[in-house]
Amino acid sequence: MKVGVVTFPGSLDDVDAQRAVRFGGNEAVALWHGDHDLRAVDAVVLPGGFSYGDYLRCGAISRFSPVMTEVVEAAGRGMPVLGICNGFQILCESHLLPGALIRNDHRKFVCRDQRLRIENNRTPWTSSYAEGVEITIPLKNGEGGFVADAETLDRIEGEGQVVARYLEDNPNGSMRDIAGITNERGNVVGLMPHPEHATEALTGSGTDGLGFFTSLVERAFA
Amino acid sequence: MPKVVVDVMPKPEILDPQGKAVLGALPRLGFSGVTDVRQGKRFELELSGEVTDDVLEQIRQMAETLLSNPVIENFAISVDGARVEQPERTA
Repeated sequence: MKVGVVTFPGSLDDVDAQRAVRFGGNEAVALWHGDHDLRAVDAVVLPGGFSYGDYLRCGAISRFSPVMTEVVEAAGRGMPVLGICNGFQILCESHLLPGALIRNDHRKFVCRDQRLRIENNRTPWTSSYAEGVEITIPLKNGEGGFVADAETLDRIEGEGQVVARYLEDNPNGSMRDIAGITNERGNVVGLMPHPEHATEALTGSGTDGLGFFTSLVERAFA
Repeated sequence: MPKVVVDVMPKPEILDPQGKAVLGALPRLGFSGVTDVRQGKRFELELSGEVTDDVLEQIRQMAETLLSNPVIENFAISVDGARVEQPERTA
């Protein structure tokens, strides 16, 4: 499959995301924030970083970049979209995912290996994982606190839209320990920790993140 | 030229870590008696023409779509220093 990775001004993890896409057995296609078409990709990754300098709110300005108009439309048609860290923030600002991400409750940037539980393996990004499996991947954010009103939290928990939850120590004050969620349809996934940094033993803390990038292939042949 | 101000504040139920940091700094500087601080944003918009109902409606849309995130923030609009009643939300 062809997987587009969008580079915004201020993206940091786009090259790692492209590499992870290739390790997952797919072709990575570089997309630019100013693009008006998605170059016939089958899926899109919005990588981490500080797009548009995080000005106004994280992801608030990226949401209105030309490429996001195409991404929002494609997501509406069911195209798989994965937003990691800043990408998750962009997906929330775009209203493709419920809730919002605010500054960490302890006010410090956090960078560490984080233990998670995969709670929904029915998305195109998580089907490689067994449901309930525990993984460890890097986490690095200053504004990673997931918030939503109680009604929304109850709904996404009830509908199985929580994709991953923090284990042991909640790193950023996220409500109900939520690390990642999906939309109602299950094609759009947002995740605060970074699976793309844990796809190769040589350079990562392990390979627990690789499943996010092999899931697409498994789904294609399923 | 008329100036329109949009004040954006975190919703009361949303944690405001920046406000908490300011609150924590005040006693260290010797200021006492402040029990809470909430930090928001103020946007000053200079307009080229008159502030009509249509213009206000456009500013409300700007505030809703870009200047604030309605999931976590509230906003208020003022024209030349006077708070404007929020137009009724259309269902």
